[in-house]
Amino acid sequence: MSEASDFWATPGGWTLLTLGEVLLVLFGLLICVAFILLADRKIWASVQMRKGPNVVGPFGLLQSFADLLKFVVKEVIIPAGADRVIFLLAPVLSFALGVIGWAVIPFAPGWVLSNINVGILYLLAMSSLGVYGIIMGGWASNSKYPFMGSLRSAAQMVSYEVSIGFIIVTVILLTGSMNLSAIVQHQAGGFWNWNFVGGGLKANWPLAPVMFAMMVMFFISALAETNRPPFDLPEAESELVAGYQVEYSSTPYMLFMMGEYCNIVLMCAMLSILFFGGWTAPFPTPFLAAWPPILAGLFGLLMFALKIMVWFFLFAIVKAIVPRYRYDQLMRLGWKVFLPASLAAVALVAGWRVFSAA
Amino acid sequence: MDFTAIAFGVLSTVLLGAALLVITARNPVHAVLFLILSFFSGAGLFVLLGAEFLAMLLIVVYVGAVAVLFLFVVMMLDVDFASLRTGYVQYLPLGLVISAVLLIEMVGVSGVVATRGASAAQTAAPVSDVSNIERIGQVLYTDYAYLFQGAGLVLTVAMIGALVLTLRHRPGVKRQNIAVQTARTVKSGLKIVQVKTGEGISE
Repeated sequence: MSEASDFWATPGGWTLLTLGEVLLVLFGLLICVAFILLADRKIWASVQMRKGPNVVGPFGLLQSFADLLKFVVKEVIIPAGADRVIFLLAPVLSFALGVIGWAVIPFAPGWVLSNINVGILYLLAMSSLGVYGIIMGGWASNSKYPFMGSLRSAAQMVSYEVSIGFIIVTVILLTGSMNLSAIVQHQAGGFWNWNFVGGGLKANWPLAPVMFAMMVMFFISALAETNRPPFDLPEAESELVAGYQVEYSSTPYMLFMMGEYCNIVLMCAMLSILFFGGWTAPFPTPFLAAWPPILAGLFGLLMFALKIMVWFFLFAIVKAIVPRYRYDQLMRLGWKVFLPASLAAVALVAGWRVFSAA
Repeated sequence: MDFTAIAFGVLSTVLLGAALLVITARNPVHAVLFLILSFFSGAGLFVLLGAEFLAMLLIVVYVGAVAVLFLFVVMMLDVDFASLRTGYVQYLPLGLVISAVLLIEMVGVSGVVATRGASAAQTAAPVSDVSNIERIGQVLYTDYAYLFQGAGLVLTVAMIGALVLTLRHRPGVKRQNIAVQTARTVKSGLKIVQVKTGEGISE
């Protein structure tokens, strides 16, 4: 036993171990994305009183895998006027950026690939890079509609990133750390400690309205940042056919789509961690100390997964019931409503932290 | 040779190569993409130094915001490669003079830094247990608070200047008043008219 544990501490063993962990997270994430895609379509269908995919497998559970197979075996078509390298690089980048953010997400106490001090900044950086896949894809297609779609998305994502940044600052001010595990740990002990009701200290309850508003704003900004309806103007099918994806087919298209869904689940995970207490349960859990660490970890994972599902359900419902925004309304909401409001919230929370006794 | 040295070698090689390609790439969009690659390598070097906060800031600010705007502008350009090359010989002497001056300055500065660095390396700086985010915060908001505020003011002035330069009041632009729109009720927005057959509405 001791020989084995020694091996895992050597550079080679560590590399193997980390590779294994990365593959585990990646595999789990992709399986999740497959079923979340199905859930998205099922919820959308239910709202419209349709059945949704129900042919492949029981209840259509295997639909996403059938789609995957279909995408992979189709022909990759590259337009004649396209910039080949960038055209193919764009979907790969899009997908990689959707996956790479998961490196810092804590799934359960201690279950995190890379527990870095600037975890939340890393997430912000990776989500702000997502725009490159779209811009590059739209430009490299050398076609009008993709280009318009990518220009729209560039302006949209840069705008909403600003308010996301300020909302994250309010959370950092409350918890006093940029480490995601520390942010979650700060909210432990029951839902009254979660950040959306003031966060961690019961004396912070006057901040509850502010933080609740921040949560709602983060949710809406996350919709805009991931190009989900009602902010899916980059791919508005009634005006731009499919925006930046027009010229894409087969595997590159699939990579775009999977990257998009990875990003959406990542945003749901961020909402859970920042405002809903990550892997902590909504009630005090003193009994966990007696459990073996593996079970306690699985319990945390379950809580985290449940929260992600709740948020994803909201994402799906919004897609089904909210009509698309007009472009000027989108910009107005981002710059004239969210930016001042989140700035005011930063001032309020900072003032509270300095002048309150807590 | 340990792993840090290898990583430094790879990152700095990619950084220099990408920086070279920024100025030699024919296609301006490719040039901006190489610029982004060099920002990334720079961020990697910061991580190697243990300054992960600066690395993330470099990516968030420069790659996530500034370079997107560069790309935004460059993509809009209708690039004519023939006209780009016409002024080449004409500007060559001026370019050579400027690059010679820059080279002399850089050699001078790096010479000083190298000699000073050699002496400083022996007395290694004490590593504090405070994370570098807190350290930067302390230095920025206490020691250099006024300079920091001054920098903010400069940026604000620059932003207002850009707005003033591009602001044009065009007559006849239709604007929407959101408050008026949302204040509309059925009564004020809808008129029910009984139309007689064959007559139409005469306003």
